[in-house]
Amino acid sequence: MNVTGVLAQNDIPAPHIEYGDVAPLLVVFGVAVLGVLVEAFVGRGWRYRVQVPLAFLGLVAAFGWTIALAARERPPHLVAAEGALGVDGPTLFLWGTIAVLALVSLLLIAERDQSHFTAQASALPGSEAEQETMAAGFVQTEVYPLMMFAVGGMMMFPASNDLLTMFVALEVLSLPLYLLCGLARRRRLLSQEAAVKYFLLGAFSSAFFLYGAALLYGFAGSVRLSDIATAISRNTGDETLLLAGVALLSVGLLFKLGAVPFHMWKPDVYQGAPTPITALMASCTLVSAFGAMLRVFYVALENLRWDWRPAIWAVAILTMVVGAVIAITQTDVKRMLAYSSIAHAGFLLTGLVATTTAGLSGTLFYLAAYGFTTIGAFAVITMVRDAGGEAAHLSRWAGLGKRSPLVAGTFAFFLLAFAGIPLTSGFTGKFAVFSAAVEGGATPLVVVGVLASAVAAFFYVRVIVVMFFSDPEPDGPAVVVAPTTVAAVALGLAATVVLGVLPQPVLDLAGQAAGQLFVR
Amino acid sequence: MSPTHYLVLSAILFTIGGIGVLVRRNAIVVFMCVELMLNATNLAFVSFARMHGNLDGQIIAFFVMVVAAAEVVVGLAILMTIFRTRRSSSVDDANLLKY
Repeated sequence: MNVTGVLAQNDIPAPHIEYGDVAPLLVVFGVAVLGVLVEAFVGRGWRYRVQVPLAFLGLVAAFGWTIALAARERPPHLVAAEGALGVDGPTLFLWGTIAVLALVSLLLIAERDQSHFTAQASALPGSEAEQETMAAGFVQTEVYPLMMFAVGGMMMFPASNDLLTMFVALEVLSLPLYLLCGLARRRRLLSQEAAVKYFLLGAFSSAFFLYGAALLYGFAGSVRLSDIATAISRNTGDETLLLAGVALLSVGLLFKLGAVPFHMWKPDVYQGAPTPITALMASCTLVSAFGAMLRVFYVALENLRWDWRPAIWAVAILTMVVGAVIAITQTDVKRMLAYSSIAHAGFLLTGLVATTTAGLSGTLFYLAAYGFTTIGAFAVITMVRDAGGEAAHLSRWAGLGKRSPLVAGTFAFFLLAFAGIPLTSGFTGKFAVFSAAVEGGATPLVVVGVLASAVAAFFYVRVIVVMFFSDPEPDGPAVVVAPTTVAAVALGLAATVVLGVLPQPVLDLAGQAAGQLFVR
Repeated sequence: MSPTHYLVLSAILFTIGGIGVLVRRNAIVVFMCVELMLNATNLAFVSFARMHGNLDGQIIAFFVMVVAAAEVVVGLAILMTIFRTRRSSSVDDANLLKY
C-alpha cells in the first residue's frame, strides 16, 4: 500500500493553514530562504546587489500585507495554523512595527561606503588572510538572510499561541543574532566576545524558558496559552508546578527584555556588536520580546495576576533604578545607550503591570516610539568616526556640537526623547504607560519610574553638555556622511518628532489594536 | 515505576546542568551543560506526556532536539572562531567588555 493509502485509511486530517492571515510571516521567511539560495548560486560580485533589494522588497511586502490585513472591514482575529499563531490586533500592530523598524535597520546594515561588517568572518583578526579579503573588497552578504531569519523569528515570537511555537520562534530570532553580533569589521575581539557571551547566556536562558514550559505542560496537560488559562481558572492541577513553571518561563522572557537581574548581557552585547545590529536588537528584539511577554501574561496567566504582579513590580523597580543609575557611570556611548535601554525596559514593564487595555495600548505605542528613536541614535553613533572606526568613547565626542552642529543637535534631540521631554515621542510614550499604570493601581511604581527618568535625564544632559559646551580636540572624530545612514537618521528623527507633536493617529491605532485584545 | 521518579531525575539533571554553567570555565563544557539542561527538559516533557496520557510532550521533545542541534551548529561556530583568535576557550579570558 502506498503512503496516501495509509493516510486515507487512518484518516489523518491535513492541517489547515490560513495562508492569507499569516502571509507577512511567510513572506519574510521565504525571502530569508531565497537569500540563502542567492548565497549559493549567485557570483560574489552580484550578491550584494541582489541581497539588499531582495531583503528590502521582502520587508516592504510584509509591511504592506500587514496593513492590508489591518485595513480590512473585519480585521483578522483568529487562531491560525492549527492553534500555533494568534493573529489579532496587537499581533498586527507589532508585525507592522517590527517590519518598519527592520526596514530602517536595513538601511544601516546595507551601508556600503562605510561597511560595518567583516570581509570574512573566518579570517583571523590581524592575519594576512584578513588583509587580503579586505583588499579584495569582499563583503559578508550572509548578513541579509541571517537578518531576515531573525526578523521572521521576531514577528513569530509575539504571535505564538502556544509555548512550543514561542520557544521555536525565540531560537529562530536568537540564533542569527548570535552570529550577527560576531561579524564587526573593526574591534573584532570585542565583537567575538560579545557573540560568545550572548550565545552562552542566551542558550542558558532559553533552557530556563523551556523548563518553565515543561512544568506548565505538566500543570495544564497542554502548552497552548488558552488551555493553560482554562486550567488556572478551573484550579485543577498542581499549583507548585504552575508557580515554578511561571517563574522559569518569566526568567527566559525577562532575559530577552534585558530586565534586571537578567540584564548583564545587554551592555556587553550592545557595545561589542556591529552598531547596525545593535540598532536592530535594541528596537526589533525589544518590541518582539515585549509582545511575547504581553501575550503570555495577558492570555495564559491573567487569572494568576495576584501571584505574578508583585514579582513583576519588583523586577520593574529594579530594572528602572539599576538601568538609570549605572548608566551615569558609563564612558562609552553605546554602553550608555544599552543601560538606557535597560531602564526603558523597566518603564515598559509598568505598562504590563497595569493589566488593562490602556496599559496594553500604551505599551504598544511606547514600543513603536522607542524603536524609532533608538535606531536613530545608533545611526548617529555610526556616523561619528575616527581612524579606528566609530569613536564610541564619550570623551571623543567633546565639542562635536561646534564641529558638526547638525549631527550633534540630532543626537541631542534623540537623547531628550529618551529622557521624555515634552514634544518628543518619548514623552508621549511614557505618559501613556505611566497614566495606565496609575489607573491600574500601580502608583508607587510610577513614582519610582518618574524618579528614575529624572536620574536618566541627568546622564543624557551630560552627553549634551560634553558635545556643546566643551572644546573640540584637535584630532577629534569627524562626521562621515553616508547616504543610507543619513536616511535612517532622518526617518528616526521624523518619527520622533511626529509621534511627539501629533501622536494621536498612532495612539488611536494602538488603542484600536489593544481594544481588539488578544485572541484566545 | 511511577513517572514521578523521572520528573525528579529531570529536575536533578537540570540542576546539575545549571550549576555546571555557573561554575565551569571551559566554554565548550559550559555549552554541554546547557545541552544537559535541554535534555532534562525533554525528559520532563516525556514524563508529563505519560502522566497526562497525550502525545504533545513527546512531539515537543522532537522539536527541542532539532532546535538543540541548530544551537550546536551556531554555538560551535562562534566558540571555534573565538578559540582561533585567542587560543583559549576559557570563558574567564574573554574579559574585554565589562562594567
